[in-house]
Amino acid sequence: MSTAAHADSHDDHDHKPHGWRRWVYATNHKDIGTMYLVFSGCMFFVGGMFAEGIRAELFKPGMQLFDPQFFNSLTTMHGLVMIFGVIMPSFVGLANWMIPMQVGAPDMALPRLNNFSFWILPFAFTLLLSSFFVPGGAPAGGWTMYPPLTLQTGASFPMLIFSIHLMGASSILGAINVIVTIMNMRAPGMTLLKMPMFVWSWLITAYLLIAVMPVLAGAVTMQLTDHYFGTTFFTAAGGGDPVMFQHIFWFFGHPEVYIMILPAFGIVSEIIPTFSRKPLFGYEAMVYAIASIAFLSFIVWAHHMFTVGMPLAAQLFFMLSTMLIAVPTGVKIFNWAATMWHGSLSFEPPMLFALAFVFLFSIGGFSGLMLAMVPADYQYQDTYFVVAHFHYVLVTGALFGIMAAIYYWLPKWTGHMYDLKLGTWHFWLSTIFVNVLFFPQHFLGLAGMPRRIPDYAVQFTDWNMVSSIGAFGFGLSQFLFLYLIIKCVRGGVRADSRVWEGAHGLEWELTSPPPFHSWSTPPSAAVIAHGAEH
Amino acid sequence: MSNASTASSQYYVPHGSPWPIRGSLALFVMMAGAVAWFNEWAGGWAFLPGIVLLAYLFFGWFSTVIDENQHGIYNLQVDRSFRMGMMWFIFSEVMFFAAFFGALFYARVLVVPWLGGQGTKVFTNLELWPGYEGMWPTNGPGHVGGHADSTFSTIAAFGIPALNTAILLTSGLTVTIAHHALRAGQRGKLTLFLALTFLLGFTFVGFQAHEYGEAYRQLGLKLSTGIYGSTFFMLTGFHGLHVTIGAIMLLVIWLRVVRGHFTPERHFAFEAVAWYWHFVDVVWLGLFIFVYWL
Repeated sequence: MSTAAHADSHDDHDHKPHGWRRWVYATNHKDIGTMYLVFSGCMFFVGGMFAEGIRAELFKPGMQLFDPQFFNSLTTMHGLVMIFGVIMPSFVGLANWMIPMQVGAPDMALPRLNNFSFWILPFAFTLLLSSFFVPGGAPAGGWTMYPPLTLQTGASFPMLIFSIHLMGASSILGAINVIVTIMNMRAPGMTLLKMPMFVWSWLITAYLLIAVMPVLAGAVTMQLTDHYFGTTFFTAAGGGDPVMFQHIFWFFGHPEVYIMILPAFGIVSEIIPTFSRKPLFGYEAMVYAIASIAFLSFIVWAHHMFTVGMPLAAQLFFMLSTMLIAVPTGVKIFNWAATMWHGSLSFEPPMLFALAFVFLFSIGGFSGLMLAMVPADYQYQDTYFVVAHFHYVLVTGALFGIMAAIYYWLPKWTGHMYDLKLGTWHFWLSTIFVNVLFFPQHFLGLAGMPRRIPDYAVQFTDWNMVSSIGAFGFGLSQFLFLYLIIKCVRGGVRADSRVWEGAHGLEWELTSPPPFHSWSTPPSAAVIAHGAEH
Repeated sequence: MSNASTASSQYYVPHGSPWPIRGSLALFVMMAGAVAWFNEWAGGWAFLPGIVLLAYLFFGWFSTVIDENQHGIYNLQVDRSFRMGMMWFIFSEVMFFAAFFGALFYARVLVVPWLGGQGTKVFTNLELWPGYEGMWPTNGPGHVGGHADSTFSTIAAFGIPALNTAILLTSGLTVTIAHHALRAGQRGKLTLFLALTFLLGFTFVGFQAHEYGEAYRQLGLKLSTGIYGSTFFMLTGFHGLHVTIGAIMLLVIWLRVVRGHFTPERHFAFEAVAWYWHFVDVVWLGLFIFVYWL
């Protein structure tokens, strides 16, 4: 190495930058991870506000608060913000924080690209959220953006399309960084099948992201040219087909569903062994299960559109391939259960959230199986049953996974133990209210209440009221979470480096909080072995 | 300190950089400009500031990286990271084209025959589009776009497109010859064949532009000519854009060669551009076969 290099890279190892430059010019994986998490936390409250608006309007039949167009904007923006602004960025934030520490690296492989991926997001959401203030209001055609409805969006149409492009670019760059970090930055001795499950789940998620985000970009680009340049991709008169958009969209959309759940699988696979004080049951089977789920995610997309009039053979194929997913998913659920079997369990907040994940995600999985059956789906399609289903997998699945991760690693990040009692309160309030919120929606759906409407027939009133009460309770409980995090960041009992006695993995071999550059020298084989043993 | 210096020879973590935030800002200005343009709040000029900023970004960011590289800051691990990053970036590009190829196949194999009444779609045809044959190429049962009488013709595969195929394949060969020359330390041969490569690239773009001109003026084949025009221009257009970008990248690499950059062992940028060029080449083969020929 030349002397120039020596001098240059020295700066970074010895002191960290200060002031606004530390964040805006950041190249540190922890700083960027923190920014991702703070950003998604803000978006969580923005998207949550939209959700509370929806539930307030639906508290009783008739029009209360909003005009229907604005209500539709709320459902559309709620979906977009929660998916692209909360779940995805918070998983990327967790990846940023944890992957370098877990594989024994000093940082992400491409730190500047990492910063770029993050900073695209606030701009993308500025573009998207400001669409509320242009003529015609925010997009109201649903987050799935089906033509021809979405082509009728007002001035916010190009804002929607371009913000999707930006979010896609951010995700692709972030995913490239994750793959390169995992493939190139692992410490010597950290072989692929020694990697923690969180790292494995993110590796596979990153492949999915790179494969499907460009397809979404293509789909919305076709919408853009259909709208402004006279192409007819989605117009039958010109030889196109609106259903074609649904195919392209869901070719992205279904892997996207797994992009939002696989990292949560990884998190739960870290937490359950820790608090069961036993190694993960069937580690390799878990890896192969994630890989099979990822593979299958590419060949099931049309189960989102059974009622569009596909040929029978296609419906059968997509029904059967969808049901096949239950097999690797079952492997995961049973392996988590087997990990706990005869374990010495304790129930700190991360474990509580992980356990709730296993139970409640399974409910979402089972309703998914019901929806996978073509004849049954003809009944459930576009009802609140679907809404209940995907909120069970996304809220009590993905979001609970994220909360579990925050409770698990927050003491490692801040160096302070948080208020366990408050965390337990947050858990029980969230879990009870989230079920009050979403479980009745199954009944509403089976009784025939359609989704995406601001008003409904009076016989649906009772369960809607129950659901809305659950929504208000769930929303309010999250302020407890916010308070707990802020309190923990500001101070508290010092956390030791291992934090949880049953924890294992390289991140626990570093101090709490960890040094600015995680592993400035690669951990030795002994350290890796020590980390794995625990 | 000795520890830290071992660390710096083990790992390289770059210092903070203003380029990412400038890049995000450039993208935002570009997108906001496009929004203003499409909503007719402003003219097409609104798109320009973003383009200028983006060009400045690429120039500045890459200059910084090239400069650092020339000072020997990057170790082999960084080199590997760059390589992997580029490969996965190209894969994402492949998937972007896959969306448009998917649209082409879906429209051609399913939608158009269905509109023509095939399979179980007899009544679609009888009720909605009576008399429509559903044959490819088509501008749809509504005869959208084309000449004044809604007809249009397609570009014959074995004219300019075949010539363009030969040009791109040859450029793939010349860039490989240049690569071998670089590895053998034959700088003269490298400079010559790399120059040939980007000249062939720009020639391709020139022919393509000429072909577009003919399509618009004489054949009635436009972006708005139904599904054929849509798939034709979106696929060949995005490909043409990528060839243009690739040729500019080759030109930049050539300028760096002239300035004496790259060694027989270390020349990541050269290889990245060469991979990109081969990717553009392969996409073209798909286009030639499925868009022009079959």
